Amino acid sequence: MRIAYIAANTFREAVRDRVLYNLIIFALLMIGSSLLLGQITIGVERELLVNLGLTAISIFGVLIAIFIGIGLVSKEIDKRTVYTVLTRPVQRWQFILGKYFGLVSTLAVNTLFMAAGLFAALLFVMRRFQHADVYVLVAIFFILLQFIMVTSFTMLFSSFSTPIESAVMAFCFFVIGNFSEDLRALAAASTGAVKIFASAAAYLVPNFSALNISSSVAHGEAVAGRIILLNTGYAILYSAAMVAAAALIFQRRDMK
Amino acid sequence: MNSFSNKKASIALTITIVVCFACSVLLLRKIDVARGPGLIRESLYISSPSALKRMSLGYTGLLADIYWTRAVQYFGSHHQRSAEEYNLLFPLLDITTTLDPKLTVAYRFGATFLTEPPPQGAGQPEKAVELVKRGIERNPYDWRLYYDLGFLQAWDLHDYLAASKTFEKGSQLPNSNPALKVLAAAYASRGGDLETSRLLWRSTYETAANEAIRQNALQHLQSMKADDDVSALEKVVEQYRVKTGSLPASFSDLISAGLLRAVPTDPTGRPYKLTADGKIQLQDPDAMPFITKGAPPHWKPKITIPKD
Repeated sequence: MRIAYIAANTFREAVRDRVLYNLIIFALLMIGSSLLLGQITIGVERELLVNLGLTAISIFGVLIAIFIGIGLVSKEIDKRTVYTVLTRPVQRWQFILGKYFGLVSTLAVNTLFMAAGLFAALLFVMRRFQHADVYVLVAIFFILLQFIMVTSFTMLFSSFSTPIESAVMAFCFFVIGNFSEDLRALAAASTGAVKIFASAAAYLVPNFSALNISSSVAHGEAVAGRIILLNTGYAILYSAAMVAAAALIFQRRDMK
Repeated sequence: MNSFSNKKASIALTITIVVCFACSVLLLRKIDVARGPGLIRESLYISSPSALKRMSLGYTGLLADIYWTRAVQYFGSHHQRSAEEYNLLFPLLDITTTLDPKLTVAYRFGATFLTEPPPQGAGQPEKAVELVKRGIERNPYDWRLYYDLGFLQAWDLHDYLAASKTFEKGSQLPNSNPALKVLAAAYASRGGDLETSRLLWRSTYETAANEAIRQNALQHLQSMKADDDVSALEKVVEQYRVKTGSLPASFSDLISAGLLRAVPTDPTGRPYKLTADGKIQLQDPDAMPFITKGAPPHWKPKITIPKD
């Protein structure tokens, strides 16, 4: 209940910070591109629109996750509002979890609206929905899983460093996460200390490669149910570990 | 009480971190299995070399090195599991060489990776030729690229004349390897262009500084001359047979019939042999190991490769 209350407050705060304004930019981008693309390309209207839409959803979401995520805790400490919350019967880990869920729900709402915008543009360009559009929904779900993970490690970084440092670290982690399979390939091809280091690094960074299915769904390729299930489980477990680590650090932090 | 509750929360959080992280690693392994080996890393993040070059913001050298490493890793991992397809190999090499056109190693090794038949390589000799030709366009003074291209044309495309021309072009470059001249002549001969071959061998013989290469060129010239002699003499024998109705017993019969002036000798000065069935043979074929005619039955050439 306390977690839900903190989460709702975080969501309200994000809305008050005009975070959802990006939806207007997104809607304009989608409508504008769907009108323009029909004029300047041949044969790849759907692919281009799906790729553009999914990329825009991903970029907007990751930026929101990082730039709001870095301030979630530090802003409360700077404004000293954290003391008001923590003097009530609220555990520190509950505070962190509430903040996390608040940002994740902001991102979920954001993604939902952007997905609606993308599907509206798809309908406008293709005149009707296709069976393959279901997989576009799966790709959007995978992007949401990425946001869940990005928010979790951004909160972890912000629990022990300044907002700027956290933003840089989170962005680097996001980029490395997209190359995690190359790291694992390096680990598989090497021996000794390099293998140990590369393997540890490969499992420590988030694996975004399995969640990047934008280009395959743009071509109408199906996504297996087992993959959806495993990816969901992985994203939740990884995020849980990161949020728990953030909570543990916050738990031990000297707030005086 | 508060401190006790904090301690409990810390322990619970630590357990959560360990358990969740361990389970996430296990799930990741299951995801790899579910996606299959073909899906992992079988994609280029950006497939357009020119787009990537623009996006590199000037760090093209480093990016080229990264892509070259990626190409090597891609080839290595596919080679290790005896893959039948190397679909991303050429695009990776294309990106690498567009980012850094002077990265000669990518053309040379890349061509080898591309040309070998699966599972040793991609089995795409045409792509290998395209890659090395592009390398020559961008590095016109590197004789090693001509050397590689010549061998690709000869061994994989079986276009000996094209190979000969490539070797010849490479041999004309400053600081070129003298072996290219030898190769140009050898492949011109193999491709059937005997006149060019003869000219190239003569030029090699006259200009090569290395004695072994000069001797090799001389043996080629002598072998070609012997081939011509054997053909001409066998025609004379045929003329004799038509004229007298029987084969000549020796060269004296041909001289008596006015078809020859003297006993013919090979380019090393040894007289040719006339066999009972009217064939012309060399006394010492080992002196001219590149002959294609006039060798005794079951003779095998002993060829020594000249070193620079």
